Amino acid sequence: MSLSPIKKVTGRAVPVEGDDIDTDRIIPARYMRCVTFDGLGEFLFHDIRQTPEGKSTKHPIDQAQFNGSTILISGMNFGCGSSREHAPQAIVRAGFKAVIAGNFAEIFFGNSTTLGLPCVTAKKEDLEALTQLIKKEPSTEVQIDLENLKVSAGKLSFPVTMKASAQQGLLSGRYDAIADLLANLPKVKELAAHLP
Amino acid sequence: MGKTLFHKVWDRHAVAKLPDGSTQLFIGTHLIHEVTSPQAFGMLRDLGLKVAFPKRTFATVDHIVPTDQRVEPFKDTLADAMIKELRKNCSDFGVTFFDIPSGKQGIVHIVGPEQGITQPGTTIACGDSHTSTHGAFGAVAFGIGTSQVRDVLATQTMALSPLKVRKIEVRDKLGPGVYAKDIILHIIRTLGVNGGTGYAYEYAGPTIEGLSIEERMTICNMSIEGGARVGYVNPDEKTFEYLKGRPYCPKGKDWDAALTEWRKVASDPDAVYDDVKVFEASEIRPTVTWGINPGQGIFIDEAIPSPEQLPVADRSSAKEALEFMKFKAGQKLAGQKIQVAFFGSCTNARLSDFVEASRFLKGRKVAKGIRAIAVPGSQGVSKICAEMGIDKIFREAGFDWREAGCSMCLGMNPDQLVGDEICASSSNRNFKGRQGSPTGRTLLMSPVMVAAAAVTGEVSDARKVFAQT
Repeated sequence: MSLSPIKKVTGRAVPVEGDDIDTDRIIPARYMRCVTFDGLGEFLFHDIRQTPEGKSTKHPIDQAQFNGSTILISGMNFGCGSSREHAPQAIVRAGFKAVIAGNFAEIFFGNSTTLGLPCVTAKKEDLEALTQLIKKEPSTEVQIDLENLKVSAGKLSFPVTMKASAQQGLLSGRYDAIADLLANLPKVKELAAHLP
Repeated sequence: MGKTLFHKVWDRHAVAKLPDGSTQLFIGTHLIHEVTSPQAFGMLRDLGLKVAFPKRTFATVDHIVPTDQRVEPFKDTLADAMIKELRKNCSDFGVTFFDIPSGKQGIVHIVGPEQGITQPGTTIACGDSHTSTHGAFGAVAFGIGTSQVRDVLATQTMALSPLKVRKIEVRDKLGPGVYAKDIILHIIRTLGVNGGTGYAYEYAGPTIEGLSIEERMTICNMSIEGGARVGYVNPDEKTFEYLKGRPYCPKGKDWDAALTEWRKVASDPDAVYDDVKVFEASEIRPTVTWGINPGQGIFIDEAIPSPEQLPVADRSSAKEALEFMKFKAGQKLAGQKIQVAFFGSCTNARLSDFVEASRFLKGRKVAKGIRAIAVPGSQGVSKICAEMGIDKIFREAGFDWREAGCSMCLGMNPDQLVGDEICASSSNRNFKGRQGSPTGRTLLMSPVMVAAAAVTGEVSDARKVFAQT
């Protein structure tokens, strides 16, 4: 599949603070009763954006000053738990283009990369500074430079990390592996013949 | 220099190096279910692709099936659409489906081993993070997302980077009333919920070798709760004994040939590991979680820690957990009233779990007002429980005995918590909202501890309740 390279993500950001934000929180399982990913964006963080009675909790995503944000900022171990691709699908379908966090659970990271949703890892102090800046100045433009693995926002600028194969995939527009996998089908068949 | 099982299996299944530097890995067996596969089949149709090796994919239905009544159409029209979609996809693409009428339906991670589809030395993938369960047989098993389900359907391969391997050695003897579930909850509590990121966990040592295959499955199952995508145990004679004669295992001469291969896949004695951690089984006691991630656990005789006692990195999560759970630091969980007891899930709904708990439930009654449900992991487990009279013991004790499925492990079917109910649960995740109610509270523990909580109506030390010595 030929895809556009993703070299930079620029936009306003919204802090979703906390560690270990799991995929059940990103999209509760009961909203996965579906056969397509359509419409999942509306259930992003559903149970923490609403009380059980359906009242808004004024979650950052629903606060006016963060309206239209395209970059999510969170804490450690973001996306832990279930392997559901519904989680990054919901994030993408809610309009987000990248996530900056302390680190990421492995399956979530892979699922996100395949969808072209870059997930970059920042040091705790940098993340903290960025979060504070965005809370104070929500209109600040944040830029993630995937080539140089750098985040800049206002006067802030700090390095981030990303698994080399993911970075390579995003920069070259090969983050969805299907075309490369299909190209090797003859080799796959050869190997398969020798494997139980 | 010796190799680990992980590297032996990886090398044997590597097809090619991909342009981004990752490896194209062949997947010997692909397991699918109704939640994470429909979109993948949709993508195949959009791309005009077929399933490359339909005989290597097996399907079942588990997450959304009601466990009380199985009459179709299901009352939940969305769930009904999902089972119908899976039927259609399996029929269109030639995939074996262990459907409800087959008598072989169940939780995908219980069905695979039960049918002998899960075998040593293979690679397995499934769109479910608890796929690590299959590592109990010495397979390398990955939980994957839906786009990768598509990749495996279309090519029987996926793009991956190799993992590091951490050996987790458990030695010494487990005390009475301490189970595999306690070992893994203790490991997660000690190494952290993201301690395993980037690693495959090899569970080894005399304690692990002494466990039954089903107990090993419980341990491997929760690798992902410790951040490790893959967990495995080196196969041994117990593994082969467990598999012998199962429907999809090789027979006759093929069995002998398979055994020869399987005996070679274990990690070499001089294998080099990226990390080694050692645990003493004798120090582990029955464990219960108090928080909102599976690493927030304590021994039954311990008090809930105050955030200040914990490492800095764990404090904010602990504060959030105390608030959500409405518990206080310093409080003991023993004596905490519960409303629901859930006995089931891919972690603990195998035959041995029911056999063990039935020894203690016989002649006892679930405490008044407690909603207790027991959900066998598969129709196969259910059938044997019926033959052994185990269902009767659970029913007479006051458990609601259900049909096979994921049930109350996650809120995708009618079995859900209501409001802020507290559930003593043999499942694997205590995340906020996991059991279907956004404010529901989950306490993870071993199945025998769930049985003890059910009969006393509160979190209890099963060793005392059942006089386990």
